[in-house]
Amino acid sequence: MKDPIIVTQNLSHTYSSNISNALQKAALVDIHLEIARGSCVAITGVTGSGKSTLVQHFNGLLRPTTGRVIVNGVDINAKGADLKMLRQRVGMLFQFPEAQLFERTVFADVAFGPQRMNLSRKEIRKRVISALEMVGLPHHEFSLRSPFQLSGGQMRRVALAGVLAMSPTVLILDEPTVGLDASGRAEFYSYLQRIKEEQGVTIVLVSHDMAEVAMLADWLFVLHNGHLVMQGMPRSIFTQGNALREWGLAAPPLSELLRLVRQKGVSIPDDIFTLEEAFTLLKDKSQAHWMR
Amino acid sequence: MSASPLIDIQSITYTYPVQKMKRETPSVPALEHVSLQVQQGEYLAILGHNGSGKSTLARHCNALLTPDSGRVLVAGLDTCDGEKQRTIRDMVGMIFQNPDNQIIATVVEDDVAWALAVRGLPASLIAERVADVMEAVGISHLRGKPPHRLSGGQRQRLAIAGVLALRPQCIIADEATAQLDPLSRQEIVTLLHQLNSEYGLTIIHVTHLLEEVVRAQRIIIMEQGNIMLEGRPADIFADLERLRQLKLAIPEPIELAARLRDAGLPISSEALTVEDIAQEIAG
Repeated sequence: MKDPIIVTQNLSHTYSSNISNALQKAALVDIHLEIARGSCVAITGVTGSGKSTLVQHFNGLLRPTTGRVIVNGVDINAKGADLKMLRQRVGMLFQFPEAQLFERTVFADVAFGPQRMNLSRKEIRKRVISALEMVGLPHHEFSLRSPFQLSGGQMRRVALAGVLAMSPTVLILDEPTVGLDASGRAEFYSYLQRIKEEQGVTIVLVSHDMAEVAMLADWLFVLHNGHLVMQGMPRSIFTQGNALREWGLAAPPLSELLRLVRQKGVSIPDDIFTLEEAFTLLKDKSQAHWMR
Repeated sequence: MSASPLIDIQSITYTYPVQKMKRETPSVPALEHVSLQVQQGEYLAILGHNGSGKSTLARHCNALLTPDSGRVLVAGLDTCDGEKQRTIRDMVGMIFQNPDNQIIATVVEDDVAWALAVRGLPASLIAERVADVMEAVGISHLRGKPPHRLSGGQRQRLAIAGVLALRPQCIIADEATAQLDPLSRQEIVTLLHQLNSEYGLTIIHVTHLLEEVVRAQRIIIMEQGNIMLEGRPADIFADLERLRQLKLAIPEPIELAARLRDAGLPISSEALTVEDIAQEIAG
């Protein structure tokens, strides 16, 4: 890869235990990966597979037990590595981020991060306003409202704006749409797409929702018991339904349907991936079938 | 229907106290003149987007909430009657989005036994029942483990076992799969169906995911505190446009089947599971 923004080499992480060595748990084992600048990658795996542990290395919240993590050219284990700067560059949105909202107004909540970055008031204001616009919560309408009177989806977007206001170059999202309903999800996705296209931010998405992965990610990493067991384009990984099942994962429902149809003897090329592609193919196929 | 329903909801209206305290804006009821009968042994799904009133409705079924007007009868008992609420909650158990909220003991077996123990049942009876329900939900092999070492799906099974130990007539699953990964989610839905078909347990399955309810006997869809649609799954899925208006995401396999059917392919509208649709497409 020419210019990866995140690289891990032989990354292993063992959670230590004060009580006994027997309780030590290897959360990550020998992970090598590269994430391309400006891409959107997804990391998936069942609960306990090491997804969250892995992404917490990307902004130095955790340090590798062995191996190296290099973010934007900086080795996070190096002496004198500026972790404060790293964390401004690598924004992280945790699970259920609406639980971290705390200020009286939406504006104050989004401004909390930038205020700790030695910026002028004018710059802070500019950033808050543009971050709110970016997530579809116009400043003039939402700034003075209490974040606690918004809907769940809007609260989550306020939390996202708080991270965006720090102008990160990498955005890490840990299960960003869990608990949102269909319309909340769709909105969140559309703003995420926009952030990706307009800001050129690299997005790392932790998710076990394969439909979400299929829609957003250019590249997919599959973790299992702390090992990186698969990587590739979502479209090619989802054709391997059986392998995914082995890791406790399910392909998106449409990929699963096509797999079953293939099993019943209908030939469908491996690269059929979207609803539109499947519809066109099956419609033509059956017309050809009747013409005979 | 002939037999009297297990749960009889008669034109209930409910407004959350927080809403009532707002002075300036008129308070918005979470439920408005909702009526619903749930039959013994039925598998009923309640759907709707966030804030549609589906959880509020479910919480009226076991007296966690009581209506401002109208009434709810569970096996003939009025949920507003304080003395009957204990009995009602034993009859209609509930599991929630986060199983950790109802897991309290440090060992799986003890957690299942907890509700029985506080009711002072004899130890031999408790041991027997605990073994039975752990078997029924498939966690017997985990009996000695601490709950926090279980996976999300296993913890949700444990929560179900704890409720089953009280021998309820009905279980309400309120978004019980929302925090699970897709395979665990499928497993919990399958378990609910098993409890329904093998033990005749009434199930009320609350969710915003259409793909979870294709095997339900009846679906109701809520919007703004009202029941907007009601019917068998095949009837509900006959109008995908309406479902979209109600802010529900259409499962892609069902959408594909519908589009192929509209294009003239002989695909039955009764086929809703991925397996059935694959069978129809392959002909």
